[in-house]
Amino acid sequence: MNAYVTNTSNTHQGSDSLYKPAHTTILTPELMVQIDSILERFAKDPTRLVGMLLDIQDITPKQYLPKEIAVYVGEKLDLPLSRVYDVISFYEALSDVPRADIVIQFCDSVVCKVVGSRRLKEALEGILDIKTGETTKDGKYHLEAAPCFGACDISPAIRVNGVVYGPLKTEEDVRDALARYEKGGEARA
Amino acid sequence: MKDIQLTIDHKTIQVPEGTTVLEAAKKVAVNIPHLCYHPDQEIKANCRICVVEVKGSRKLSAACSTRVWEGMEVLTNTRKVRDMQRGILELMLANHNQDCLKCHRNGNCELQDLCERFNISRTHLEDAVDALPLDNTNPSLVRDSSKCIKCGRCVEACQNVQEVHVLTHSHRSTRFNIAPAYEMPLEDTLCVFCGQCAAVCPTGAIVEKDDTDLVWEAIEDPSKHVIVQVAPAVRVALGDAFGLPKGEIVTGKTVAALRRLGFDQVFDTNFTADLTIMEESHELLSRLSQLSKGEKPVLPMVTSCSPGWINYIEGVYDDLLDHLSTCKSPQQMFGALSKTYYAELKGLAPSDIFTVSVMPCTAKKYEAARPEMTSGGVREVDAVLTTRELARMIGSAGIEFAEIEEETFDTPFGIGSGAGAIFGATGGVTEAALRTAYEVVTGEELLSLEFKEVRGLEGIKEAEVAIGDEVVLRVAVANGLSNAKTLMLQIRRGESPYHFIEIMACPGGCLGGGGQPIRSTNDVREKRMDALYKIDEAQPIRKSHKNPDVLKLYETWLGEPLGHKSHELLHTHYHSRGK
Ligand code: SF4
Ligand code: SF4
Ligand code: SF4
Ligand code: FES
Ligand code: FES
Repeated sequence: MNAYVTNTSNTHQGSDSLYKPAHTTILTPELMVQIDSILERFAKDPTRLVGMLLDIQDITPKQYLPKEIAVYVGEKLDLPLSRVYDVISFYEALSDVPRADIVIQFCDSVVCKVVGSRRLKEALEGILDIKTGETTKDGKYHLEAAPCFGACDISPAIRVNGVVYGPLKTEEDVRDALARYEKGGEARA
Repeated sequence: MKDIQLTIDHKTIQVPEGTTVLEAAKKVAVNIPHLCYHPDQEIKANCRICVVEVKGSRKLSAACSTRVWEGMEVLTNTRKVRDMQRGILELMLANHNQDCLKCHRNGNCELQDLCERFNISRTHLEDAVDALPLDNTNPSLVRDSSKCIKCGRCVEACQNVQEVHVLTHSHRSTRFNIAPAYEMPLEDTLCVFCGQCAAVCPTGAIVEKDDTDLVWEAIEDPSKHVIVQVAPAVRVALGDAFGLPKGEIVTGKTVAALRRLGFDQVFDTNFTADLTIMEESHELLSRLSQLSKGEKPVLPMVTSCSPGWINYIEGVYDDLLDHLSTCKSPQQMFGALSKTYYAELKGLAPSDIFTVSVMPCTAKKYEAARPEMTSGGVREVDAVLTTRELARMIGSAGIEFAEIEEETFDTPFGIGSGAGAIFGATGGVTEAALRTAYEVVTGEELLSLEFKEVRGLEGIKEAEVAIGDEVVLRVAVANGLSNAKTLMLQIRRGESPYHFIEIMACPGGCLGGGGQPIRSTNDVREKRMDALYKIDEAQPIRKSHKNPDVLKLYETWLGEPLGHKSHELLHTHYHSRGK
């Protein structure tokens, strides 16, 4: 039996965007302007590609880096698309496939750990009914751990689509933060 | 450089400092298994199949990346080494679609060879192959991830040799893959279809798109008049596939084998290479004469016969398309004539003629399929076979290639000059063009025909050639697309000092093409190159404009070079491929 035949449709996760044209309208003129300013902020230095991509991902709907954005960044930095993709696919924190409408990250770096990011993690997993690294069935929420995002002063903190909330000590605090995000994203505590 | 003394499997040898254990072992006739290692590439050291034991070290070392040291004692064949190697192979096979019997690389596969060597047949491990879908939507290449062992040789070819940067590593751990960005099919990328990835792949994970069935069908079809042309670089490479010495000239055997296969007529692409030179050198001279009149022609003029190169410039340097010669390649000139001049000559409808070409190149398949490549209302070249595919056809017809008696090409496309022959080597087109341009301009006979400065495997070569008393022609020759890039950037910056640039997409030119028999290393390329110049030397006619059949074609049918008919049939236009 040819094992391959049975496997053609059963590809690994992540390839579901395969062969589909990238002409969605993610890269809007507004997003382009924002991306440009991020690139400027990093002085278009190709050695800081990961940092740029992280920031761009944060402002992209569904928190990922689709082909059209990778192409755009590659052209601006004079890097081949394959190089940009190599980086995107290599780092856990970068995604080449749509994640969720709302990506929730909790910080698992030192300061937050000390003040209780573990409880935060458990609370989030409980509220969303998923494990860290997973997406809710309806595709709305994605939960992941992230290294320090500079909210140590209000730790333990979470970041919801790039908007930071903290300190979140109890499950109530967490629910409250999520509700506030959905109401209009007012940041901080 | 200092010599180092070491022992390999108890044999004492001396090798220059810096040699790797793998290379040193070759000197004592030991072939250490390897997969990611390739003699022409950078060291990657990712497959670990090349492990050896080094005395004093508890861990096994990778022979391809470990350099020798004084007094080193290497053992390549211990129990520990063999167990490790077997283990690695079994793991590879566990995620390998083992359909050897149906695989193009059956009998010529480095993975299969190793399995045979280690006496591994089908593994007991579950054959759940986790792979990307087959990529077979382009006319040139088929990528089958289910046979990829992730050695990275293709990535090296695509990124560092060609600098096209299509193939890349992506993801990590279990999802680690070799593919274009976003797992796009090659067709949606800037892939130029040069096939250099296929040429270095140890397995059947990247192969040429097989068109042999199409050709067999045409041969079987009684309503078709099936003709074939053979490119210059094929005749110094096809023998490889049948175990003949590398670089052996097998022109006559190739012709004979094609007749046995059933082709109605067997022609020589060298003929249309001569025709290309007639058109291209006149095009150059016309641009130069504009220059002497104080006009501003587009210079340097850049050759257009390498379809991988055309795909590249259309994709990446589309602002420089005016620099290209408008000449079609010899393959397409042949195709155009076959459906017009030849059809008239034979009294056949163009649609009844099936034109096949045998090429060292996978990009030729793409070129033949271009919509603009039609003449007489039909496609100019109906099918393109790479050297490898022809070898398969010959093999499956049971022809004993090494034994077959030589035969000669048919007329009217059977005579090729020495200049046409060297088209197959980097620098050959330039040399051929210079031979003709010199004599056309000066009206004098060129005494020394050989332009040695433009010969050889070096990436970029330059020469200055005095043509008559007034003109000094500055030429540059590049092979491999990374070198083409250098020359194009120079043009873009307005700093190109040349009048004429020859570019071949593949290292060494067509003789190193992506459709040549597997294992075309640089050593082999050199042998093929020598053979092509030998063919040139032995030819009674060594200049394109002295090819009697080419002259007859102009006199009786085509008119003048760059004339009306030429323009219609032998020239083309280019477009940006975008992204
Ligand atoms: S790539 Fe080699 S081992 Fe794999 S199926 Fe083809 S011939 Fe067999
Ligand atoms: S054919 Fe050439 S350009 Fe295309 S993937 Fe292979 S090496 Fe790269
Ligand atoms: S496609 Fe071939 S050359 Fe490329 S990584 Fe896979 S096995 Fe190696
Ligand atoms: S350690 Fe958590 S935000 Fe800095
Ligand atoms: S050949 Fe040495 S690690 Fe692959």
